[in-house]
Amino acid sequence: MENLVNIGIRSIFIDNMIFAYFLGMCSFLAISKKVKTAFGLGLAVIFVIGITVPINWLIQNYILVQGSFAWLGPEYANIDLSFLQFIVFISVIAAMVQLTEMVVEKFSPALYGTLGIFLPLIAVNCSVLGAALFMVGRPYNLTEATVFGLGSGIGWLLAIVALAGVREKMKYSNVPAPLRGLGITFILVGLMSLGFMSFLGFTI
Amino acid sequence: MSTATVEEKVVVKKSEPLFSKKNRALVSNPLDIDNPVTVQVLGICSALAVTTQMKPAFVMTIGLTVVAASSSVAISFLRNTIPSRIRIIVQLAVVSLWVIMVDQLLKAYVYDVSKQLTVFVGLIITNCIVMGRLEAFAMGNKPWPSFMDGLGNGLGYGLILMSIAFGREFLGSGSIFGYKVFAELGIPYQGNGLLLFPAGACILLGIIIWIQRTLNGFREAH
Repeated sequence: MENLVNIGIRSIFIDNMIFAYFLGMCSFLAISKKVKTAFGLGLAVIFVIGITVPINWLIQNYILVQGSFAWLGPEYANIDLSFLQFIVFISVIAAMVQLTEMVVEKFSPALYGTLGIFLPLIAVNCSVLGAALFMVGRPYNLTEATVFGLGSGIGWLLAIVALAGVREKMKYSNVPAPLRGLGITFILVGLMSLGFMSFLGFTI
Repeated sequence: MSTATVEEKVVVKKSEPLFSKKNRALVSNPLDIDNPVTVQVLGICSALAVTTQMKPAFVMTIGLTVVAASSSVAISFLRNTIPSRIRIIVQLAVVSLWVIMVDQLLKAYVYDVSKQLTVFVGLIITNCIVMGRLEAFAMGNKPWPSFMDGLGNGLGYGLILMSIAFGREFLGSGSIFGYKVFAELGIPYQGNGLLLFPAGACILLGIIIWIQRTLNGFREAH
């Protein structure tokens, strides 16, 4: 249990997808102009990462890894499908995003209206594929992988809501014209990332 | 994917020469006023992550340019046969095929760099530049202009990537392509550790955008 809490804290604060790895930056920068839309997108990202990481864990450990077909007979023991990792993972993610879109459309048209265009964008959000690939590189079991996935999503939500909050206030400040927009946002993200570095080495 | 990407259509007639002005603009615009990183806000993640040293940044540039150009051509050939409902999955499948090939090549020939790049080669698949250009350009244009567009955007990305990597490696560890410049000149230089963190890269990129926009006069509406 303590281990799970630790993985959760780690993935939310210390290994924050945005401030430590800079994954999912494109939608992070493009959709952080208003707190409300940022929050909606963050929730959708939590949902998608939280589902795809465990699914990809199962696929990785029962299909892709070397020796996973050993039960078919000794001649199959050497099959190693891990070179298919990228294409399998991205298909799972694209399929899940499509599915999420359909489910949300069916059961909550209001939420679908708010999220609309942001939902399909999650398929190319690097943090989703990034989380899946990090999960492969670390010795997690299924529960730990799920916690890691959810934690990464929550960390992403925190980051985008925080940036959107600052950017809403930025409208009132006098930024040099060439720096306005993207330039100042980058400097802002850099400073926020410095703040997040204070979580380094923080364990329970 | 960004809000700045506008649907572009370039009509190229059959008789038009291969390197006409329009086609050359497809390569040169992304280097400056239509830069994928600093103007279209695409492909930021890897631009910040692989730039602590110049060597991996250089390999990444080549990898991305190859993937962007070749998948643009492939999608452009297929553009009339792809049903629009499943186009995202088709695009991702084509892109991942090319990425797998690049990944295997890197592993075979430059294994140490491939280790350094870790997940970021795989993340070329979700690099928004590739998807964004496929969606905005290759889906509506002939193979040759699509190739030029993919090439141009790959190079524009590389330009920014190399400038960030130069700043970070030069100021951060006092070397260029691993060659210790300050030590060779006999100047004692204490590397600035901040630039080796992603935070430093972010601030550096902000400053590069500032310089670029001061030079080319691009302004963003508030």
